[in-house]
Amino acid sequence: MSTSTTALWNQLEPLLMRVEKPARYIGGEGGAQTPIHNDGDVAWLFTYPDTYEVGLPNQGLQILYEIVNESPHGVAERSYAPWTDLEALMRAEGVPLFSVDTHRAASAFDIIAFNLSAELTYTNLLNCVDLAGTPVRTADRGLDDLFVIVGGHCTYNPEPLADYVDAVVLGDGEEVISEITDAFHCWKQAGRPGGREAILRELTTIVGVYVPSLYEAVYDGQDLLETRPLFDDVPARVEKRTIADLGEWPYPKTPLVPITDVVHDRLNVEVFRGCTRGCRFCQAGMITRPVRERPAEQVREMISAGVARAGYDEVALTSLSTADFSGIEGVIADTMNDPNCSNLSISLPSLRVDAFGVDIAAELQRGRRSGLTFAPEAGTWRMRQVINKLIREEDLYGAVESAFSQGWRRSKLYFLTGLPTETDEDTRGIFELARNCVKIGKHHTSGASVTVSVGGFVPKPFTPFQWFGQNTLEELRRKIGVLIDENRKSRGVQFKWHDAEATLVEGLLSRGDRRIGPVIETVWRNGGTFQEWSEHLDLDRWLDACAEHGIDHEWYVYRHRTEDEVFPWDHLSAGLHKDFLWQEWQDALAEVGLEDCRWTPCYDCGACTGYGIEHVVASATPPAGGSQGTGQDLASGGAVPVTLLSKARVPVG
Amino acid sequence: MILRLRFSKQGKIRFIGHRDVARIFERSLRVAKVPVAYSEGFSPRPKLSFGLALSVGYESDNEYLDVSTAVDVDLAEVAARLGAALPDGIDLIEVGEVARSRTSLMEAVTSCDWAIDVDGQDLDTVQASVDRLLAADRVMIERERKGKPVRDDIRPDLLSLKVFMHTETATPRIHAELGTESRSLRPAEFVSVLEPPVRATSVRRLHQWISDGMTRIEPHEAVVSRAAHTKCAS
Repeated sequence: MSTSTTALWNQLEPLLMRVEKPARYIGGEGGAQTPIHNDGDVAWLFTYPDTYEVGLPNQGLQILYEIVNESPHGVAERSYAPWTDLEALMRAEGVPLFSVDTHRAASAFDIIAFNLSAELTYTNLLNCVDLAGTPVRTADRGLDDLFVIVGGHCTYNPEPLADYVDAVVLGDGEEVISEITDAFHCWKQAGRPGGREAILRELTTIVGVYVPSLYEAVYDGQDLLETRPLFDDVPARVEKRTIADLGEWPYPKTPLVPITDVVHDRLNVEVFRGCTRGCRFCQAGMITRPVRERPAEQVREMISAGVARAGYDEVALTSLSTADFSGIEGVIADTMNDPNCSNLSISLPSLRVDAFGVDIAAELQRGRRSGLTFAPEAGTWRMRQVINKLIREEDLYGAVESAFSQGWRRSKLYFLTGLPTETDEDTRGIFELARNCVKIGKHHTSGASVTVSVGGFVPKPFTPFQWFGQNTLEELRRKIGVLIDENRKSRGVQFKWHDAEATLVEGLLSRGDRRIGPVIETVWRNGGTFQEWSEHLDLDRWLDACAEHGIDHEWYVYRHRTEDEVFPWDHLSAGLHKDFLWQEWQDALAEVGLEDCRWTPCYDCGACTGYGIEHVVASATPPAGGSQGTGQDLASGGAVPVTLLSKARVPVG
Repeated sequence: MILRLRFSKQGKIRFIGHRDVARIFERSLRVAKVPVAYSEGFSPRPKLSFGLALSVGYESDNEYLDVSTAVDVDLAEVAARLGAALPDGIDLIEVGEVARSRTSLMEAVTSCDWAIDVDGQDLDTVQASVDRLLAADRVMIERERKGKPVRDDIRPDLLSLKVFMHTETATPRIHAELGTESRSLRPAEFVSVLEPPVRATSVRRLHQWISDGMTRIEPHEAVVSRAAHTKCAS
């Protein structure tokens, strides 16, 4: 790495002396690849549309980076959004977006592929495409311009970006990435017959790939009537891709080991994908179904190999709810006994709210016990039934008791406000819980503190709450005011809240349609990048752009949808039946909970049945301890299998 | 047993900071299975003791790090394994053993030699401004100490300054020996007092010195035994 330089690097190098954190731009991580680009290879530039520190740990990009570089005709490198200081210098000096691996110009690649994990990064996507030297609108691109392809959770409603991205990949990328590479390879080999249109048309034959330019949105005034394909051979509905067996994909095999500060700087091993706890606000849990566990043996191997290779002292077992992993106890015991893993601390980033979860954490976390994080999400049992996060107060108190008694000094509690049916009593309930947690903590340590972190709720596509009209900016601000008042009478509680303005913009982008695209473009053209960063977010810039393009943001964000609403994402599918989601919405309003289908009869949400796949769970018995959606009594542990009636909905709790 | 590692830092990796280098060594020592000693207490830390920090963007021919090991180790084995574990651009030169009673690197080092390439002025102009500095009794700069601005005389830390034409880049290069005893004089601070102003395009630490006023040695000479790291042909 140190010796190989390109002409572009020589241009970039002097600029790096003038920017903050130049290590963001040098590559050279452990596991970084410097592939040779042969003629005819399909070259992917995997780009995270936010800073290097945020983007480097992204597991999705690391997985695809390895798979493409292993493939016979693919090469892959990485790029990240340059911070504003470097961007200004790049524009002044004519330096284009570059890969960090070999410092090649983006234009030397065929495809620039983005991971879209957050809507507020959309303007950064446009900025990166522009810095790459490719026109931001698909309609303006020529044969030699980059193809812009996106994947990740936000792609379940890619419509706001429909005029800016060439192709969208829905669902797991492991298989589909090679199919896309092969299609591009054949097209390039044949001399690119039919131009851009032909290869894009070809891509629509690959399940999971959506090409927005081959569809048109039909409106009746404000209302969307349908989004339909322009050609008969283009599928009317695009299904997501799902890999049936995570065990076949032990990636990343050589996770990138950064040489500078990044978030989550540790070994990450994904223990399962998907979640069926059924929290109704949670898009990740809905769109990644079914649950597919990695074989415990493979998890152990990945930990052992990763630690030996990289020298990490911490491994995170990642998933949407890791304490639910069937093999958790075996994996932990074996890892603790692995001579490769001495002094290794294991962390569970998604700790379940009960004593069982804390006990596991206690067993794992060697060294200083600073803080534990729980996500009860709502302040009252009523509210938690609405959102189907079935944590009882005693579960939380048990967890907190367990944490403080075992040496932790701080707890952090995550909540949402602006949830459907939320009353001020529910909002105030957040602090009721927090105060009780402080009381429990004070029994163990006078320094006990509880941090309450509150985010504004944004309804997401393919969730039961997709019909819900988001709380207005004013209402969210009022609720934060209620919480601030509560905080004044709560000693030992620290209160943090998410900016309501960011929540509004996220809401606009989450459920927006193609007409939102010009708003994004205008905000970008007016300098609105890094909108995830509160110091860069400027709501007026968004509202002005809406006004300029005749967009009524309130109609998009605040409006309650009715059952017959045609969503901008109705021609896309995460496997979930729309009537299942509607029924869940109705049950939410009726405050009726729904059990976890991993250990109970199927509700036919569609995620398994539609694709002929199943949950891959090593144990038919629910994990010990939790009452959360398993239908179990907390005291009875994992011994008693759950009995539930098929399809019957019973109030829980 | 206390190991003194000598390494260079060059190429793209010069853009990482001092803390990054520390983390890289912590991890690489684990990968190399070097039995590093840990501090006592609830939050044990590996016992690593670095020398003077190298600013982001600067290269160095000679950086040092002292590592305490829990048990005695074979120097050649450590050199081979650790050398293989370190990332490109951080190249292990040798591993020595120093006495437990040694003075820490931070306290022992009295001056550093730097090669500073500058542009913005021609050779004669740079030579003239260096001559003016050397002729001065006092050279004052503004610094911050505990958040408050102070004025320091850096003339005592300008130990040696030589100007010549660097043939590769065709820019003036200054070989500067800058003192580190009171408060380490940084190359950027030195460059800032040159008048008319120049811009440093490349800065490289050549040597670190331990001087008792009579003789001077480099930190890797203060060892009781040592093993060089040879890179394999691959």
